[in-house]
Amino acid sequence: MSRKTLLNSKEIEIILHRLACQLIENHNDFSNTVLIGLQPRGSFLANRLVDLLKNEYGIKNLELGLLDITFYRDDFRRRDEPLEATPTEIDFLIEDKKVVIIDDVLYSGRSVRAALTAIQSYGRPDNIELLVLIDRRFSRHLPIQPNYKGRQVDAINEEKVIVNWKETHKKDVIYLDNTVE
Amino acid sequence: MKELSVENLLGIKYLTKSDVNLIFETADHFKEVLNRPIKKVPSLRDITIANLFFENSTRTKLSFELAEKRLSADVINFSASQSSVKKGETLIDTVNNILSMKVDIVVMRHPNVGAGVFLSKHVDAKIINAGDGTHEHPTQALLDSYSIREKLGTVKGKKIVIVGDVLHSRVALSNIFALKLQGAQVKVCGPTTLIPKHITSLGVEVETNLKKALEWCDVANVLRVQHERMDIKYFPSTREYTQLFGINKQILDNLGKKIVIMHPGPINRGVEITSDVADADQSIILNQVENGVAVRMAVIYLLAQQIKR
Repeated sequence: MSRKTLLNSKEIEIILHRLACQLIENHNDFSNTVLIGLQPRGSFLANRLVDLLKNEYGIKNLELGLLDITFYRDDFRRRDEPLEATPTEIDFLIEDKKVVIIDDVLYSGRSVRAALTAIQSYGRPDNIELLVLIDRRFSRHLPIQPNYKGRQVDAINEEKVIVNWKETHKKDVIYLDNTVE
Repeated sequence: MKELSVENLLGIKYLTKSDVNLIFETADHFKEVLNRPIKKVPSLRDITIANLFFENSTRTKLSFELAEKRLSADVINFSASQSSVKKGETLIDTVNNILSMKVDIVVMRHPNVGAGVFLSKHVDAKIINAGDGTHEHPTQALLDSYSIREKLGTVKGKKIVIVGDVLHSRVALSNIFALKLQGAQVKVCGPTTLIPKHITSLGVEVETNLKKALEWCDVANVLRVQHERMDIKYFPSTREYTQLFGINKQILDNLGKKIVIMHPGPINRGVEITSDVADADQSIILNQVENGVAVRMAVIYLLAQQIKR
């Protein structure tokens, strides 16, 4: 297996700032916008963006929810390993709100499809946008594209994008692993 | 990744401690789903479930049906009183006919002990025991333990007394298995005639004095007097039963501590417990009903996970 570093911590920091600024351009003071991190891995990115928006860019009253999509997946009973749910923490209604779904890697688009269904359990949003850190653009199974992306990656199916956050792996780094020898 | 160690839910005695924990963790997620504006997930949209009730039931049947519908399963219902069972059809024939309609999971209540086990050996579907005679009622025991865990934080180390008609109660037996599995201390309390002879071999103590039992416990799970299962007189009169084993507000107030009151329903108000006890803030009877849907969703979901297409 070979491993290539896609983004180091400095590059990730710059990208996070850019994504935060892009969000501000479109959502101003976030008075009618909510951020939804997809559990489990999208929640790290969502939390980091919220920290930046609050502490570096002075956005107040930012609402962040964490959404688990396990029960909405289309591969229930098709996987070798059973699916394990993680908690959903959304304590607000999203009726008529602008929703930004946040995930770390956009691959087939099936997780986002599940999230679009799941989010409707909390009301009918005004519109929904998608923010991802890594967009694997040639791997899509569904017609889903991000509105905001950190880095576009042209990876083949045998390659895996590994996102390590300093909260869990001591430092921020994104690798591209090739599982084919 | 976690999966149940069993292929059917036939009784608590077949479950491991980690099975119970997995069911509770999954139920936590479904409880959150049940508190959303839209209380439904699409997980089981290609699963068909048959609810076969060969014995009357209101709350268990409603609870299962709601749980199945909240998971988006297709549901068919069957009750023996309106069926070919009355015409002499056997259990296997009845079930096989239903399974020919491509049913994936069978939820069955049956008056005979071991009906679920028997069926699991003869039909190719997941079986969930919704009560077999006076034997087991596993989902009730799971929701009872789940409700205790929710109220007191844990089941381990808690002192729980099961009061009343233990002899005829499948809830009592499943509860004893479930509570012991999770490390609780269990006593049973009731008239000697309604306590099974060898109950102590299950690791529970017998207490025939209600006051002493309540002074000892953290939780009292009060059972219904099952008049319909009594072929002989087990106690002189309902009035005497109520005087000796009925729980009223005065008894609870004199305890000097607040114990949790549970009841699997339906309640004979004024017999096992008085109305003011059933409706008191220390009673978690309605929480049990609410948790029943989440726990049954968890059981169905985890068993359905094993069905591969």
